[in-house]
Amino acid sequence: MTRKRGRHVPFTENPLLKVRLPAYRSQVMMLCVAVAFIALAARAVWLQAFSQDFLQRQGESRYARTLELPASRGKIFDRNGVVLASSLPARAIWASPEQIEATPAQLASLARLLEIREADLRQKLSDSDRTFVYLKRQVEPDVAARIAALEISGVHQQREYKRHYPEGETIAHVVGFTNVEDIGQEGVELAKDSVLSGQPGSRRVIRDRLGRAIEDVGATREPHHGSDLALAIDSKIQYLAFNAVREAVREHRAKAGAAVVIDVRTGEILALTNWPTFDPNRRDKLSGAQLRNRVLTDTFEPGSTMKPFTAALALELGQVRPDTVIQTAPGRMRIGSSTIGDAHPHGALTVEEVVQKSSNIGTVKMALEMAPQQMWEFYAALGFGQAPRIGFPGAVAGRVRPYRSWKPIEQATMSYGHGMSVSLLQLARAYSVFARDGELIPLSMFRVDALVDGAPVIRPQTARSVRQMLELAAGPKGTAPRAQIAGYRVAGKTGTANKQEDGRYTKKYVSSFVGFAPASDPRVIVAVMIDEPSAGKYYGGVVAAPVFAQITGDSLRALRIAPDAPMAQVVLPAEAVKESM
Amino acid sequence: MLTRINVMLAALLALCALGLVTSQHHARRLFIDLERAQAHSAAHEVRWNQLQVEQTELAKSALIDARARRELGMQAVQGERTLHLSIDPITRVVSLSQPWREVPGPARSGVRAAAAGAPARAGAGSVPRVGAAAPARPPSGSSQAVRPPAGAAAGKQPAPGRSAGDRPAAEVSR
Repeated sequence: MTRKRGRHVPFTENPLLKVRLPAYRSQVMMLCVAVAFIALAARAVWLQAFSQDFLQRQGESRYARTLELPASRGKIFDRNGVVLASSLPARAIWASPEQIEATPAQLASLARLLEIREADLRQKLSDSDRTFVYLKRQVEPDVAARIAALEISGVHQQREYKRHYPEGETIAHVVGFTNVEDIGQEGVELAKDSVLSGQPGSRRVIRDRLGRAIEDVGATREPHHGSDLALAIDSKIQYLAFNAVREAVREHRAKAGAAVVIDVRTGEILALTNWPTFDPNRRDKLSGAQLRNRVLTDTFEPGSTMKPFTAALALELGQVRPDTVIQTAPGRMRIGSSTIGDAHPHGALTVEEVVQKSSNIGTVKMALEMAPQQMWEFYAALGFGQAPRIGFPGAVAGRVRPYRSWKPIEQATMSYGHGMSVSLLQLARAYSVFARDGELIPLSMFRVDALVDGAPVIRPQTARSVRQMLELAAGPKGTAPRAQIAGYRVAGKTGTANKQEDGRYTKKYVSSFVGFAPASDPRVIVAVMIDEPSAGKYYGGVVAAPVFAQITGDSLRALRIAPDAPMAQVVLPAEAVKESM
Repeated sequence: MLTRINVMLAALLALCALGLVTSQHHARRLFIDLERAQAHSAAHEVRWNQLQVEQTELAKSALIDARARRELGMQAVQGERTLHLSIDPITRVVSLSQPWREVPGPARSGVRAAAAGAPARAGAGSVPRVGAAAPARPPSGSSQAVRPPAGAAAGKQPAPGRSAGDRPAAEVSR
C-alpha cells in the first residue's frame, strides 16, 4: 500500500541512494578483504604446518627442562665386603670473575674455606676477561654449604663426585685412584674403569612455577650405574702383610719392600703390599717411588729362589733322585773364563741338601746336564718371561733370553737365578707348582668363588719331593730357619742377589723369600722381597725370612687354618747356613 | 525436550572438564610426592655410602691395631696361645684340637687351663706358665728367644725341630 502524501519519499527511493557509485569500488574492497583472509590462512598454515616444531620447542623451553641423571661410579670391596673405594657427592666451586662482587672480608673467609692463600684467590679472580674459572674442585659438601652461605655473587657451585679410599695407604697400590673427573688412573680403578664407571642418563620434565617437576615428557634415559667390584684381597691379611713389610724396611733401612699372599686353592691374591706407599686420599706430593707397585711392575734377579726349579726339572727329566749325591767340593768351579762358587764348601751333598743348603755348585752341576731348550721351555711353562694375565696395568713379563743364544756360563748362572729377571708375582705363582702337586695356577685379583684348576707342569711326585726339600730349607739346618712358624710346617726358599747397575754388580742386594704353608696341605703362598737392606744384614734368610714367617703365621690364623705341627718352640741354630749368591 | 537434553549435556561437559582439571592436579601432586620420595631415597643412599666409608675408616685394621697396642696394651695372638676348635661335620660335636700335648699337672692358668676345664684364676694372666728350665735349648746367639712349650714343665718335651711324620696327637679330632 502506497500513500502519496506531500513530500513523503519512501526509503528505497531515497535520492541519496540513487547516486550511482562505480562498481569497482566494492570489488576492490572485496578483494582487499579476501587477500587479508588469505594472508591469515597462509600464516596459519605456516605456523601450524611449517614452523610447528620450532614453536613447540620454544614453548616447551618455557616450562620443560632436561634433567641430567648422574650415574655413580661402582664401589670396590674387599673379599669380605669391606669398602675400599666409594664415590661420595662433592662440589666444584667456580666463579665468573667479571661478575664477582665481594667485600675483602668475604674474600678472606672464602680463601680460608677453600684452603688457598688469599693472594692466589685474588689472582684467579683478577682476570676479568674470563667468564669461568674453577676455584677448587672436590670440596666436601659441608664446606660447600658454608661457602654458599657467604652469598658472594659470581661464585657458583657444581655437583660432582669425590672418590674416598677409607683403607688409605695400606692398599693404595692395588686399588689405585681416579682423577678429579672420576676416571681411573692407577690400579684396579684404571684396569676396570669401564666396569666401574657409569653412563649418565637424562629425563625431560615439565616444571611448575615453583620449579618442581610435575610431569615427565618424552622418553627417560635411565642412568647406568657402575658395577661394584669385589677384590680377592682380604683387608685384614693385607694390613698384617703391610705392617710386616713396613717394619722390615725400617729395621733393615731398606729402600723398599714388597710382599704378596696367594691362596693356593683358588689363585686369589689375598694381599699385595708395597712400601713405600702413598695415601690415595691425599695425592698432592706423589713421587714415582711411592707409586711403584713392586710386586707387579718391578723385576729383579731372583737368585736362589730359582734353585728349586732347577732341581725339579732335574727330577722331572729323571737325571737325579732326591737322594742322588753330587760332589760340590772344593766349592769353586770354572766354566769358561768365569768362576762360580759357594759361600761355604759343602762337600758331597744329596740333591735334597743342595736345595736345603742352597749350593750353587750342586745346582749348576744339575743344570749343565740339561739342554738349554729344556730349561727355557720349563721356565716358559712356569710363566717366566711372560706378563701374568691378571688384568692389571703395568704387569711386566720379566726377562728370560732365548735359549739359542745361551752360553754355558749363562745357563749355569740362570740355574741359580742370575742373568734373568722376574717379578715377585711371577715367582710366587711359579711356586704354586710345588704347593699344588705340580699345577701352575692362574692368578686373580678378583674374588673367585670356586676351586680353580691349574695347568699341570710337573709330576705330582716331583712336586712332593721338591716340597720336602723346601721344608728342609726352611728348617733348622737350612738357609732360613727364621722362616719357621710355631704350629705350622713351612716350606720355602731364600734368595739373595746383588743388584746390577749399568751392567755391573754392586754391593747392593735384593733379599727375598718365597714359600708356602702348611707344608702338609699348602693353603697360602707368600713371597717377600726387601730391596737394598742397608743395616748390615742382607741374606734372604735373615732379612726376608722373618717377614715371611710373620705374614704367613698371621695369614694362617686369619684364615682359621688348623695347625699341622706341634706348638714346639722354633729352633734357631746359632748361625744359619749362608746361602750362596 | 531437545533443549533439556542440550542443557544436560552441557552440564555433563562442564563436570567432565572440572574432573579432568582435578585429576590432572591430583596427578601432578602425586608426581611431586614421588619426586620427593625419590630424592629422599637418593639422599639416603648417599648417606649410606657415607656411613659405609666412615665405618671402614673407623674400623680399619691400622687404627684398631694401633689403639689396641697403645691404649689397651694388647699384643698380637701367638700360635702357642691359640686354641683351635673343630666341629665334626657329621656329629656336630665340637672338640678341641690341641696342637700341644695335654699334660695333667698343677699350676696352669690362662687359655690352656680353661681349655682343660680348670677355672682360670684371676690375676694369673693369660700367659701360660712355662717350665723354669728349658731343655734342649740350642746354643742360640740370636735375638729370637726360644719359648718352651707348656709340656716342658712336666718334662714331656716334643722333639725339637720337626719332620714330616711329627704330627700332634690331638689332631685326630680334626
